[in-house]
Amino acid sequence: MELTEFIIKTLTILVVFVLTLLIAMYSTWGERKVAGFIQDRMGPNRAGPGGLLQPLADAGKMFFKEDFIPALASKWLFIAGPSLAMLTALLASAVIPFGSTFRYDGVEVVLQGVESNIGILYVFGVVALGVYGIMIGGWASNNKFSLLGAIRAASQNISYEVAMGLSLIAILMMSSSLSLGDIVAQQHGGNWNIFYQPLGFIIFLTCSFAECNRVPFDLPECETELVGGYHTEYGSMKLGFYLFAEYINMFVSSAIISTLYFGGYNYPGMDWVYNQLTAAMGTTTGHNIATLIGTGVFFGKALFFVFFYMWVRWTLPRFRYDQLMNLGWKKLIPLAIINIIITGASVLFLKPFITSLLN
Amino acid sequence: MQLTNRSKQVSNKEMTLMERAYLPAIATGMAITLKHFFKKKVTIEYPEVKRYLGPVFRGRHILKRDAEGRERCTACGLCAVACPAEAISMVAAEREKGEEGLYREEKYAAVYEVNMLRCIFCGLCEEACPKQAVYLRHDEFIPVFSDREQVIWGKDLLVEDMNNRYTREAWTKEEARTLDLRRANGEATNVVPRAIP
Repeated sequence: MELTEFIIKTLTILVVFVLTLLIAMYSTWGERKVAGFIQDRMGPNRAGPGGLLQPLADAGKMFFKEDFIPALASKWLFIAGPSLAMLTALLASAVIPFGSTFRYDGVEVVLQGVESNIGILYVFGVVALGVYGIMIGGWASNNKFSLLGAIRAASQNISYEVAMGLSLIAILMMSSSLSLGDIVAQQHGGNWNIFYQPLGFIIFLTCSFAECNRVPFDLPECETELVGGYHTEYGSMKLGFYLFAEYINMFVSSAIISTLYFGGYNYPGMDWVYNQLTAAMGTTTGHNIATLIGTGVFFGKALFFVFFYMWVRWTLPRFRYDQLMNLGWKKLIPLAIINIIITGASVLFLKPFITSLLN
Repeated sequence: MQLTNRSKQVSNKEMTLMERAYLPAIATGMAITLKHFFKKKVTIEYPEVKRYLGPVFRGRHILKRDAEGRERCTACGLCAVACPAEAISMVAAEREKGEEGLYREEKYAAVYEVNMLRCIFCGLCEEACPKQAVYLRHDEFIPVFSDREQVIWGKDLLVEDMNNRYTREAWTKEEARTLDLRRANGEATNVVPRAIP
């Protein structure tokens, strides 16, 4: 790896890391604003203009609270829980392609933390690890309610991962690649997967709600039934990390949804924009600016889904636990399997037929 | 016996496929919340925007002067007697020669204090006053205290300022209603919400 490539990669990773944290931070502000607006209120507007300093105030409050560890808790695991939740949440953004390529000094570098040919498998592995943060935290608290919350979270995540993986297989059958970069590149030119996989998209979206423990599947947190949830015994910044990890997960899963189904950094008319820019500013600057526009579009899509998460949260009532399990096992998994069969049949029979008609 | 025609027959029918699919219902709900997202917010942002509370609101106390600028209060103590919270205290004094321009009658209140922590803003002092000297303003509040020193209000804060006299425009419900109508028609009235001193 050459030095320029290394530097651009390092900068990309750093920028992605900081942006992920920043977006997660402002999601807390956005969540409260959206909640307010949907309920005909103003939302936070005292700290700074439009309440923009609210996340800083919240973080400051979290930091200055007493960092308390219960006497009978398993101390090491009690600290490991939120750390793991945070770690796994941040890891997943490494393989997401945030833009096409960046040209500098004759070197072309992909705007992606790690170019992995098994990117989507990596994401699934990391997401599956996310259960550990919650489970360890709930178990280490030495509190029956925390443990119940953690068990709920674990069983919910594991159940919905099955349907999520199955809904994804249909996409992999179409793209015949596990690399997120390839999947995005194949969606170039308005060829977005959402048009081919509407059912798969709905299943994936539902499952990602469940994976992020968001309403209507926020059963791990429940004051009436569990005195709080898996983080009952947590306070101070450890609790802050759990809540923060939830928002990071939300952003990362939004980014993955827009990568898999909404064409990532592709947007309609991007070839025209690219040609105009390269003609006007040369192949290096023009190319880089076109890439940055694509990255902006990608973030726009991801942020729309973050908004969508909040929108759903303040619209739908939560599921009961048996309804959650019924939906996961009896509805989504069969639907995902049907989707796989339909996709397979289409790829095998419909696609050659249509291409023969077109040619 | 049927009381209203809003009652609906309870039905135990099987849900149709559309109802079981759940997604149309979600879409309807999302449309409703999105509509609210863009609606005008009902919040009145209090310290910056103050709502007009009507002509009969009982706010901060004022010791009125008469048309020539003389204090009306004669320190009879009826307000203090009427006060259920015992918030009012006063010291009476006799008017000296040469003070006729300051006090309306021979006796006046040298000290008149209202304890704003005790006051419940019931307006009984206003009703008890035979000289029409004490009123609770309808357009100003007692500001928030941050210090015990600020709790007891003396004559310096209570006595009316002749350059900025306090008038109340409506006294009965009917008058208030006509006033509201006039205000709704855009006619000027002298009630302007003012900043706290």
